[in-house]
Amino acid sequence: MKGNEALAEAAIQAGCDAYFGYPITPQSEVLEYLSLEMPKYGRIVLQAESEVASINMVYGAAGAGFRTMTSSSSPGFSLMQEGISYIAGAELPCLIVNVNRAGPGLGTIQPGQGDYFQSTKGGGHGDYRMIVLAPSSVQEMADFVFLGFDLADKYRNPVLILSDGAIGQMMEKVTFGKFKPNKVEKPWATAGKPDSRERNFITSLHIKPEEMEKHNFKLVEKYDLIRKDEVRFEEIDTEDAEYILVAYGLCARICHKAANLAREKGIKVGVLRPITLFPYPSKRLFELADKAKMMLTVELNSGQMVEDVMLAVNGKVPVEFYGRMGGMLPTPEEIVEKLENLIHKSHAV
Amino acid sequence: MRSEEHLLVEEQSISLKDSETSSKSEYIKNTSEEIATDKPRCLDDDYEVVYKRPKTLVDVSMHYCPGCAHSLVHKLIMEVVDEMGIQETTVGVAPVGCSVFAYDYMNIDMTEAAHGRATAVATGIKRLMPDKYVFTYQGDGDLAAIGIAETIHAINRGENFMIVFMNNAVYGMTSGQMAPTTLAGMKTTTSPLGRDTAFYGEPIRVSELISHLPGSFYVTRQAVNSATAVRKAKKAISNAFKYQKLRKGTCFVEIIGNCPSNWKMTPIEAAKFVDESMIKTFPLGDIKLPKGEDLKLLQEDK
Repeated sequence: MKGNEALAEAAIQAGCDAYFGYPITPQSEVLEYLSLEMPKYGRIVLQAESEVASINMVYGAAGAGFRTMTSSSSPGFSLMQEGISYIAGAELPCLIVNVNRAGPGLGTIQPGQGDYFQSTKGGGHGDYRMIVLAPSSVQEMADFVFLGFDLADKYRNPVLILSDGAIGQMMEKVTFGKFKPNKVEKPWATAGKPDSRERNFITSLHIKPEEMEKHNFKLVEKYDLIRKDEVRFEEIDTEDAEYILVAYGLCARICHKAANLAREKGIKVGVLRPITLFPYPSKRLFELADKAKMMLTVELNSGQMVEDVMLAVNGKVPVEFYGRMGGMLPTPEEIVEKLENLIHKSHAV
Repeated sequence: MRSEEHLLVEEQSISLKDSETSSKSEYIKNTSEEIATDKPRCLDDDYEVVYKRPKTLVDVSMHYCPGCAHSLVHKLIMEVVDEMGIQETTVGVAPVGCSVFAYDYMNIDMTEAAHGRATAVATGIKRLMPDKYVFTYQGDGDLAAIGIAETIHAINRGENFMIVFMNNAVYGMTSGQMAPTTLAGMKTTTSPLGRDTAFYGEPIRVSELISHLPGSFYVTRQAVNSATAVRKAKKAISNAFKYQKLRKGTCFVEIIGNCPSNWKMTPIEAAKFVDESMIKTFPLGDIKLPKGEDLKLLQEDK
C-alpha cells in the first residue's frame, strides 16, 4: 500500500468519525481514499474550501466530542497554523497529518523536512506544543494513526503525524489488526446541554491576564507530563557506537544504511531515531553523549533538529550537521563520506 | 409558590430599599427574613407578568454598551430556544468581535471560533450531529471580510444551520474601524473622511449575495431599533430555527444592529440612524423564502 493510503485506511480502522481535507500534493491520496471509503461506514468526509476551513471544521467536530482529523502538505499546513493554535489553546483532541514537501513558498512536491521547527515549536501564534510523531515506514504511517488518536484523547491535545513526500508516496507491505480503536468519554464536549450538567463551552479566550497565565501554566504542566511519559525513539547499534547519526523519518532509513556501510569500513556508528519529535528524546541523547565521540544530524533541511540535538547533549560532544534540500535526498555513501571527513578533521585538530 | 418573577421584582425593590436603609446589616437581616417567610414584599397578586428574562439567558450583566443590539439579539435567540424547548439540543458558535463572549450569556453548549471561521466550525459540529440545532452568531467584519470564503462555501453546501449576521457597519470590538458593510461616505476610525467608494468599493450586501446560492433556504434582513422591528426579528430567528428541521439548507438572518458607541451617537440617535441611513443601503425584509413543497413540508411539521 501507499503510505498515504495506509494512513487513510488506518484512520477508518481507528474509528475516525470525520475527516476534513483539501487537495495538495503529495498527500491528496488521503482525501481521495477517504472520500470513497468513509461513507461506506457512515462516517463524515468533506472536501473543504481551504485548509483554513478544514482545520476549523476539525475544531468544531473535535469540540463536539468526535474523533476527527485532517491532512495536508507544507503550504497547506501553514494555512492551518491559526486553527491549530486555537485547537491547542482550547485543548481539543484531534489528529493532523503533514506530508512534508520542500519549501519555502510553493517549493516543490518532493520530500522535505523543512517544517520541523513549525511542527515541534508551536508553529502558530502563542505558546503551545503538539505531540509530533515521525513515521519512517508505511507501516508506521498506519500505526501512528492509532497511537496519535489515543494520545490526542489522553492529553486533550492536537497530535501531528509529520511525514514526508517519500513516505507518503512509497509502497510497502503493511499489516492491520494490531491496534483497535480506543474511544473515550468526553464529558466536556459541546454536544448539547442536558439539565444534568452546566453548559460546556470551547474557547481559547481568557481575557483576564491572571486567568490566561493560569491556563498557560496548566498547558505547561501538561507538556511536562508528555515530556516525561511519551518520549519514543529507536536505537540501532548504539551500544558500542563512537559516532551517532541522529535522524528521523525518511532520513533515519538512509542513516541506517549509512551506519551499516560505515561498520563495514570499521567505523563504529549507531543511529538514534526520534519517533516523537515532541517530546524529544533529549535525555537519551544526553546519555549517549557520554560514550560517543561525535553526533551527526542528518536532515532534509538547512539544519533544524540539529539545534535540539545540541541542546540535548549540552556541549558534551561535538554535534555536526549534514542536510540536503529541495527534494534531494542524501545517499548512504554521501553520509559516510561526510562522517569520514568530520572524523579526519577532528583528528587533525 | 414563590416564582422566579417574584424574585425579579423583589430584587428591584431591594435595591430601592438599600438606598433608604442606613444600616446594611439591618437590610440584609430584613431581606433574609422575608425570603425565609416566603412573602413577596411589593408584588400584588393582581399584577400580571408581561416580561421576564428567558431562562436560557444567563443572569449576569453583559459587557455590551448601552443601546447596543447584541444584548437584545442574544435575548431573542434565547427566547426562541426557551419557547421551542431546545436548550439540550442546541449548540451555538460565537465569533471574534464584540460578541466573542456570547457563550458567557447563552446557557447552552457553545464553541468560540477563530475570526471568520464560525461557519467552518459549525459545519464540523452540524455534520456530526445533524439532529442538533446549530447556529453561528457573527458580525460584519467576521462574516463579510475575513470569513467571506467560509460563509459562501458553507451556504453553498447548504449547511443546515442558522447564521445570525449582525451588521452594524463597523468593527465594534476593535473600536470602530471600517467594515465591508460600512456605508458609502460613513465616517469610521479608518475612513475618517467617510468611506470613499472609489477607493474601497461599495458596502457588501451579503444577504442579497448569498440569496443567489441554491444552498441558502431562508434569507431575511431585520432590525432591532424599534419594538415592531424586534418582534419581526424574533419571528425571523424563530423561523430559522424551525426550518433547520427540514434539512433544506442554510438559514441566514441578517440583523442591522445599532452601535451607538462606534457611531458616536446616543442610543436614540443610533436607533434613528438605522431607519434614516442603514436601511437605505440594507433594505429590511425577507429576501428568500421557502416556497412550494418546502413551505408545505414546514406546515406539516407544525
